[in-house]
Amino acid sequence: MRDETVRLALPAAGDATERPISIAIVAMGGQGGGVLTDWIVQLAENHGWVAQSTSVPGVAQRTGATIYYIEAMPPAGGRKPILSLMPTPGDVDVVMAAEFIEAGRSILRGLVTPERTTLIASNHRSFAIGEKIVPGNGIADKGAVTGAIGVAAKTEIIFDLNALAIAHGSVISAAMFGALAAAGVLPFSRESYLDVIRAGEKGAKASIRTFEAAFDRVQAGPSDVAAPAQPAETDARSSPTPADPQLAALVARLTQELPGPVQAMARAGLRKVVDFQDVAYGAEYLDILGTVCTADRNSGGTERGYAFTQAAAKHLANAMSYDDVIRVADLKTRSSRRTRIERELELSQDQVLQTTEFMHPRMEEVMGMLPASFGRWLGTRPRLLGWLDRRVNRGRRVRTYSLPWFLALYVVGGLRGMRRRSLRHAVETAHRDRWLKQAIDAVGINYQLGVEILQCRRLVKGYSDTHSRGLSKFDRTLATIKLVERRDDAADWARRLREAALKDGPGKELDGVIQTIKSFA
Amino acid sequence: MAERSFAREVEDLRLGDGDTFRGEGILAITKALLQSGVAYVGGYQGSPISHLMDVLADAKDVLDDLGVVFQSSANEAAAAAMLSASVMYPLRGAVAWKSTVGTNVASDALANLASGGVTGGTMVIVGEDYGEGSSIMQERTHAFAMKSQMWLLDPRPDHECIVNLIEKGFELSEVSNTPVMLEVRVRACHMHGSFACKDNVKPAHTIKDALNNPKRDVGRIVLPPAAYEHEQEKIKTRLPAAIGFIRDNKLNEWMGPQQGKVGIIMQGGMYNNVIRALQYLGLSDAYGNTQIPLYIMNVTYPVIDAEVAEFCLDKDAVLIVEEGQPEYLEQAINTVLRRKDIQARVHGKDVLPMGGDYTAQVLLGGVREFLEKTEPRLLGNRPPAPDAAPVLNHPAIEKLKQVVPARPPGLCTGCPERPIFAAMKLVEEELGQHHVSADIGCHLFSILPPFNIGATTMGFGLGPASTSAFNVKADKRSIAVMGDGGFWHNGLTSGIGNAVFNKHDGVFVIVDNYYTSATGGQDILSSRAANKRRKTNNSIVQAVKGIGGQWVRQIDRTYDVGRMRDTLKEALTTKDEGPKVIVASSECMLNKQRRVKPQINKAIKDGVRTVKERFGVDEDVCTGDHACIRLSGCPSLSVKQLDDPLRDDPVAAIDNSCVGCGNCGEVAEAAVLCPSFYRADVIHNPSRWDKFKSKVAMSVIGWLQRRRDRQRPPLEALA
Repeated sequence: MRDETVRLALPAAGDATERPISIAIVAMGGQGGGVLTDWIVQLAENHGWVAQSTSVPGVAQRTGATIYYIEAMPPAGGRKPILSLMPTPGDVDVVMAAEFIEAGRSILRGLVTPERTTLIASNHRSFAIGEKIVPGNGIADKGAVTGAIGVAAKTEIIFDLNALAIAHGSVISAAMFGALAAAGVLPFSRESYLDVIRAGEKGAKASIRTFEAAFDRVQAGPSDVAAPAQPAETDARSSPTPADPQLAALVARLTQELPGPVQAMARAGLRKVVDFQDVAYGAEYLDILGTVCTADRNSGGTERGYAFTQAAAKHLANAMSYDDVIRVADLKTRSSRRTRIERELELSQDQVLQTTEFMHPRMEEVMGMLPASFGRWLGTRPRLLGWLDRRVNRGRRVRTYSLPWFLALYVVGGLRGMRRRSLRHAVETAHRDRWLKQAIDAVGINYQLGVEILQCRRLVKGYSDTHSRGLSKFDRTLATIKLVERRDDAADWARRLREAALKDGPGKELDGVIQTIKSFA
Repeated sequence: MAERSFAREVEDLRLGDGDTFRGEGILAITKALLQSGVAYVGGYQGSPISHLMDVLADAKDVLDDLGVVFQSSANEAAAAAMLSASVMYPLRGAVAWKSTVGTNVASDALANLASGGVTGGTMVIVGEDYGEGSSIMQERTHAFAMKSQMWLLDPRPDHECIVNLIEKGFELSEVSNTPVMLEVRVRACHMHGSFACKDNVKPAHTIKDALNNPKRDVGRIVLPPAAYEHEQEKIKTRLPAAIGFIRDNKLNEWMGPQQGKVGIIMQGGMYNNVIRALQYLGLSDAYGNTQIPLYIMNVTYPVIDAEVAEFCLDKDAVLIVEEGQPEYLEQAINTVLRRKDIQARVHGKDVLPMGGDYTAQVLLGGVREFLEKTEPRLLGNRPPAPDAAPVLNHPAIEKLKQVVPARPPGLCTGCPERPIFAAMKLVEEELGQHHVSADIGCHLFSILPPFNIGATTMGFGLGPASTSAFNVKADKRSIAVMGDGGFWHNGLTSGIGNAVFNKHDGVFVIVDNYYTSATGGQDILSSRAANKRRKTNNSIVQAVKGIGGQWVRQIDRTYDVGRMRDTLKEALTTKDEGPKVIVASSECMLNKQRRVKPQINKAIKDGVRTVKERFGVDEDVCTGDHACIRLSGCPSLSVKQLDDPLRDDPVAAIDNSCVGCGNCGEVAEAAVLCPSFYRADVIHNPSRWDKFKSKVAMSVIGWLQRRRDRQRPPLEALA
């Protein structure tokens, strides 16, 4: 436009005429968005409206994010409205999201705006591949979506439509149709929605049940009963005392020796290590935790809420209950495990359950179970070891609930008496002690660095190759921390190293941070 | 068997005078072909025209009644060549495919067809896969129409208009002896709408008539001197005939006021969004009563010079709304106006973007800028148009941008291709990274996380051929992946034959899932289902051996990850020369489930002993490293956060959509991952022996479990 153009105070060229009602359905392929679209089109057509829907199935139908779009409007004087084929940001009446992050995506696309849009969204999550492949926790922050909805939507109807649909034996499209009816954005009666569902032959009954439940849920609004708040810190004194006298003694020790803020975590840790081995092992846990706590106090931990001991209570328990063959065999043969699977499968009386485990033991695992000195001796005989490995190292399908296999697992699971003398235990204990020493040495100089070193334990996980990779990341991280431990920002670097190590499998990000540190340290 | 049944849609094909069709655009097109009296139809499936192929494949009775021949062509070139039936005989024929990819393949036949010209009306329906949601390169079919001189129809997205244009298009083709292309965009194909039907028309001249009365005319064959005559014919006869027909039948539309200082010229397909943009500017109502003159080109090639001149004659400026690049129409219209010395200024790509979807929002901006430049008074007091920018700039939304993860498409739950790529991943860990050429099909999802395998894709069936340069002795071999669809489309000759002939030492993996799965699960030569109308069950291995392949391995259960890995390793390391071909076969799980699920449910209901399998994860054994997910990406294998203060990271979890394909267990075993996976077999309607066995075992097991539970310290109080 030229600068000299004079802007005249002219009236609008024409009336801002009525526009059609527009509805966007954002979903993942295979969520039944097509069915919901057809229902809405049918609903509008049943009222003599002109309705147009479009979609782009394409490759998105294979689990990718996709969008269905509907416009509907009554004809005027025999003229059909001209309807658009895609939503315009800022001009959408209803957005229906069949998943919570997809609701967020629709906001980013500008489809949800405060002047116009009613957002109906299910707040359940279906994780994207990028969230799942992270070795640590890659799950996106739901809070960011909630925050954005508050800003973007004119009206919001948010609840777990998926759970409601499943509870009523149907799929999310029926729940969304019910929520749409209850939202009252379309000038159609509840009965006319039901007529549309009834006209379809398949699964009409379950769909109607789900529709009605969703309708009622929206009309009633969010239930007044708030979700039970997480108990912030269990007060150890008010918790029940175990009936077992030895265990009760340990709990009593825990309560007396450890400061209040860390007791809840310590109880969980104690439970884990005793479950892993025995009560004596629990005592060892408390002994170590006592040493840690003393170092914590001497380093000014009292003012810091005993963060160091808190971290130790958690990570020491994990370090002490390492994943070995005995533990796996024990967990697989427990009665509680069978009960859980039966519950998950909703097994009925007249059905028979069998499970198959996919185990791939290697000679390393067998060696770990042997008494330490024997295991070490074997380690010096590579040819013998190789010969043995060829006999052991292959995939085995274990029929858990057939007698021979169960007995085998049961026996291995009962070998915990031998565990503390085993090679694996010796290796794990030595490794654990080095880690704790580095942390305790650090905490006196740089409190936060001590905490960070403890938290690096999170990197050790998995079995076999995965375990070795995790261990290698852990070792490299701790070695690199040593390079910067005298710096003021050491804790910060330690945190960055740990976070990088949890980003990808092979540890490329970690290598990057290590390179950076080596460039100046 | 296609992905869905079109039995109900087939009924729509029977509608006649007085009936109203309601449904998808692509099905309206199918119905329009029958109303036009086609004698034969062919094509190759692919979004967005798959449904046209699928519904015709299911419509045997309707087609037989009308005497219409229908073929699922081997590829788009075969489909285009099929149109040669209309060269000598007054037969109407239509073929359909995804464009521009299909048109690329078909070009050889199309160019020959267009040169010699046609007697019967021929129409190519192209699904223009352009813009958001497209799965192919962003190009325009327009260029093909121009280079071979085929008329290009681009109807307004309105069923009535599309159907009418198909009927008129056949007449146009016959009048001008020229093949016609009808371009419909993805959204228009999947658009729900309605039109008033006519009765189907039996072809006046049938294929049988033609076979029984053969004709030939060497003047129709592309060889000198006829080829030169064809060119002159195109210019002197066919083009003028077409222009006359298009004008006489008013295929292009004029809307809005007769007079106006400015106007808009558009492709027909752009009409709906232009109207919406005008509405935002207060220049139209929702019913298309526009205050700006519009010239709608339902025929975008040829440009009708006289109509353009007439529209522009009394105008100061016109805006050309033409999606995609290059701006062929804008160039053509400029030429028309210069030649006729008409002074209207031409705007187009100066105010509208060169590439990308012309959404209502994009057009709003373009039309507004055009009017600001040329006739700002029309904009009045500039009523506020929809604008999401203020919301999008809010800090809460800025924060959301950092959070929302991408959700790329991936292989379905239980997909048989997943274990192939898991095995390739394992081989990669052992032997290092290799050059991998990918192909078109579901298996192309291997290029995305979690597999990240595949360096290039050069077109359907061309994965193997695109490794052909890597035919030297080196430390590593090239790997090419191709699907069964691509194999039969052209890969047998362009890929395998080429490798055999040139003694290429590479590895060729043929992913055989019994269908062309990515396009909707259509049958192909090697499909294993019995198909009454087609000859299926033709072996890929036999074909490979027949063309000279020596090192051929058939893996009939892709889920055997260990075997898959070992076979790949062998192929990469063997001393044998020539191509190493691995045919990895397992049925597409989407199709299998659709086939098997009702059978299983019925068996269970009828009291037949049935074993149902699914996988699970022992959450206390899982350490939350997710290595299993990095080798899988199965939608049913996800993560969940445990309610355990000692655990920071979520553990793997399998939801109830699991189909028990076995991949999780196989991968855990082959990759030596972790023992947390288990397969649960539930026997429905167990036999007496099943029950007895289980009862005996479980009574002993129960006793042992109780024994150990008693030995355990009572930890409940520590919870």
